[in-house]
Amino acid sequence: MTFWGYRRPDGRVGIRNHILILPASVCASDTARVIASQVEGAITFHNQNGCAQVPPDQELTMDVMAGFAANPNIYATVVVSLGCENCQMDLVTEAIAARTNKPLRKFIIQECGGTIATVEQATRAARELAQEASELRREEFPLSELILGTECGGSDPTSGLAANPLIGEVCDRLVDAGATAVLSETTEFIGAEHLLARRGKTPEVHDRILEIVHRYEKAMRQVGSDPREGNPSPGNKAGGLTTLEEKSLGCIHKGGHRPVSNVYDYAKQLKTKEGLVIMDTPGNDPSSVAGMVAGGCQIVVFSTGRGTPTGNPVAPVIKLTANPITFGKMRDNLDFDASGLLEAPEAMPATAEALLAEVCAVASGKMTKSESLGFMEMAIARVCNYV
Amino acid sequence: MKATVIDAKDNVAVVLGAVQKGDTITFRGAGIEGSITAQSDIPPYHKIARCDIPAGAPVIKYGEHIGLAACDIPAGTHVHVHNVLNNREAL
Repeated sequence: MTFWGYRRPDGRVGIRNHILILPASVCASDTARVIASQVEGAITFHNQNGCAQVPPDQELTMDVMAGFAANPNIYATVVVSLGCENCQMDLVTEAIAARTNKPLRKFIIQECGGTIATVEQATRAARELAQEASELRREEFPLSELILGTECGGSDPTSGLAANPLIGEVCDRLVDAGATAVLSETTEFIGAEHLLARRGKTPEVHDRILEIVHRYEKAMRQVGSDPREGNPSPGNKAGGLTTLEEKSLGCIHKGGHRPVSNVYDYAKQLKTKEGLVIMDTPGNDPSSVAGMVAGGCQIVVFSTGRGTPTGNPVAPVIKLTANPITFGKMRDNLDFDASGLLEAPEAMPATAEALLAEVCAVASGKMTKSESLGFMEMAIARVCNYV
Repeated sequence: MKATVIDAKDNVAVVLGAVQKGDTITFRGAGIEGSITAQSDIPPYHKIARCDIPAGAPVIKYGEHIGLAACDIPAGTHVHVHNVLNNREAL
């Protein structure tokens, strides 16, 4: 199996060809929105951060900004900053340049002469880049060029029973084809971290898996919360989950069965052809997806039980459910119906092939339902309150 | 009533609907097939023992240990918090 993508000057392969209008801080977000609305193929997002953050929070924000710009689904980036924010234009453009050599333009609102002047200048630059981007043609690539992100949200008993194991089967197939697959959501490893750690390829990876779980728990305890307390919840137990191990196993099953090759901190640069890796992300879906996309995932598969509209500005998100009622109710938002697996588990290999074919189709340009509806909400992980 | 086996190593299956004591449960998945008589009522998506699980033995789902049998669990029995112990395994 192959897919049709765009070759980038940094050697990576994209599956979309967007111009990113990147707001360096919350104060540049509305200006970026207006610019993006003027240019065909331009995307942006509301950056709630970029200023008045403690250094660990600023690092998360910088990595998401640089990672989005470097994501191979982006042809070029137009950075828009206010001018006085902590995430200074020079810092942002240096962070982007450390990850990629793709085209980059920059506009500082306080220097351009306010938002209207910035919109005029940046729109013109974005328009030129959009025309350049349109001249690129898709080429055929092997699956080994893909970095697949995995996510689950709005889970119910069908998630752990069929939808997550299905994603795991697709991960196994991609890893066997030489690709990288990313397991995320550290909070949902809790209770099964020892089982996951056993799958570490080296003692270092084993230790890192335990480290990110314990670090997460420590951070939650600092604000008086204990993630193990009351888990599984009364609702989980009523649904049939007996222990925390069982609950977390249902989540981590979406990583499949291969050994874990590496563990990445949030939004750090991933590598192609690395097999199954883990990224330390929150269970919160939009910020987990954003971290993986900043790491370089071109595409995400997302299982749900209750149904969600989640998309992402940079990468298509394929959503699937094994709950037939949910698929019926949320047909406009969900891409893949895996409910046949509940009654016919022997259909797993054929269903995994069908989902992999959908991944290839979307990688080659087919819009997901969230893309066709223009849904691209996102969030950036955070450590503490603003300064 | 049907039940799903997720991994060939599993000694439990997940029932796909409400089960009443005495029902015949056919379980399938991961290359495993069989049937068993339910020894208790079981709510939808809860677990049924597909073989005898002796007291102290691991309860296995997803091919991994999810806890220990708190007592002898005969095949066909509802497996849940009343007969499974949490067991945080050594790292």
